[in-house]
Amino acid sequence: MSFLPKSPWLVHYDASSCNGCDIEVLACLTPIYDVERFGVLNIGNPKHADIFVVTGSVNEQNKTVVKNIYDQMAEPKVVVAVGACASSGGIFRECYNVSGGVDTVIPVDVYVPGCAARPEAIIDGVVQGLGVLEAKYQEKGKAAS
Amino acid sequence: MGERTIIPFGPQHPVLPEPLHLDLVLEDEKVVGAVPSIGFVHRGLEKLVEKRDFQEMAFVIERICGICSFIHGQGYVQTIEAIMNVEIPDRARYLRSFWGELSRVHSHLLWAGLMADAFGFESLFMHCWRVREKVLDIFEETTGGRVIHSVCKIGGLWKNVDNDTLQRIGAVLREVAKEIQPLADVFRRDYTVQKRCVGLGLLTKEEAFQLGAVGPMLRASGVAMDARKLGYAAYGELEFEPVTETGGDCQARTLVRIGEIYQSLDLIRQCIEKMPDGEVAVPVKGNPQGEFLSRLEQPRGEAIYYGKGDGTKYLDRFRVRTPTFANLIPLLHVLPGCDLADVPLLALTIDPCISCTER
Ligand code: SF4
Repeated sequence: MSFLPKSPWLVHYDASSCNGCDIEVLACLTPIYDVERFGVLNIGNPKHADIFVVTGSVNEQNKTVVKNIYDQMAEPKVVVAVGACASSGGIFRECYNVSGGVDTVIPVDVYVPGCAARPEAIIDGVVQGLGVLEAKYQEKGKAAS
Repeated sequence: MGERTIIPFGPQHPVLPEPLHLDLVLEDEKVVGAVPSIGFVHRGLEKLVEKRDFQEMAFVIERICGICSFIHGQGYVQTIEAIMNVEIPDRARYLRSFWGELSRVHSHLLWAGLMADAFGFESLFMHCWRVREKVLDIFEETTGGRVIHSVCKIGGLWKNVDNDTLQRIGAVLREVAKEIQPLADVFRRDYTVQKRCVGLGLLTKEEAFQLGAVGPMLRASGVAMDARKLGYAAYGELEFEPVTETGGDCQARTLVRIGEIYQSLDLIRQCIEKMPDGEVAVPVKGNPQGEFLSRLEQPRGEAIYYGKGDGTKYLDRFRVRTPTFANLIPLLHVLPGCDLADVPLLALTIDPCISCTER
């Protein structure tokens, strides 16, 4: 992809991560990686977002929060699961209060591996998410503007 | 007096990347009460000791929190080493202090950035995190990981750092200290920062002590308590005094943390200078039997680790009391009476780490 068809805005939620992946997501926004120069913006309002970045696994308590944020986002939307925890439960998958990866609650489009996922990997995941977003637009019969 | 309103704060809130949830009871713009609810990040990893053997647990415990990951790992192995009567080599002790202090520098810079973000000083946030990346580069070079390091093992360390690298790191950190200087000046003297921080969230010396505050929260109220003074790892042989302030407000807490960044850089310098030669690990035989409680100073304050082994591969019980857990009570004490707009600032002033608290 030589250009971005869209400036993707993302909303980030920390399900039950250890903070490792979280601060790497934040690190993507800061000067060394600086995804804002590509038009990627981290915002708090789910209704403004195209991409939902989730770190950490889900449990009974935060299941509803994850689902809630996902439901509030406008279609089409893409979910990027960042880190081993979000993808499968990771190192905590056998804990009594972990019910698994994010895909047990909402559909996930891109999985970013790593524990903790590196900022480069996270950025790559978001860029791949953009491809998915583009495809979803086309499916709806309208090109991304 | 206005009507009472309840405003939910979090769990998904732009100011905190972590899910802290507070129900704020408001009268007009004034907060009159705050009810926290937790459990969003609870994983129950202490119970994993029944499924992972005591060697593997070091990696799990490190993932209690990705910010102070190294010190969590250190706390765990230190507890088990005490149970098993393992004496670790001197170089390992010094390297543990070295990485521990690096963690503190990166954690405090991270906090300073988030704090700046909370009062709307975006460029300061970016600069703090820019400098922090240099510290992460050192971590990556010496341990292989940026935030999760996995270098502590029972009996010492998995990795050694050669002396040339240490010298070079010393030079890099001198540069880092210079780069922090202008940022520290902004936190110390800038008009807008003062406006937001001075006098906010007052905690007197007695209150801080009685409510069980720990770390910078306690030291900013004038109590010189620092678990590093117990002399674990190499701290017994390094020279330092706890950084204290007497203001007890947000500004004092900021100053303590800024002071600690410099203190940590100085401790790292001492570690590099005094670094003994030799191995970094000793072989460990047998299984842990007995119990031990150890105390460590995390960037956020004192953490307590308790372990109990019954002579098998699997521990009987392992428990952690993390600093944020202790600091939540003082936070609830300072919230009533503040403006709604100051809540994010007050929440950040304790340097909350929710994933530590809930494990
Ligand atoms: S994948 Fe690893 S670093 Fe990321 S949240 Fe999970 S345990 Fe932490």
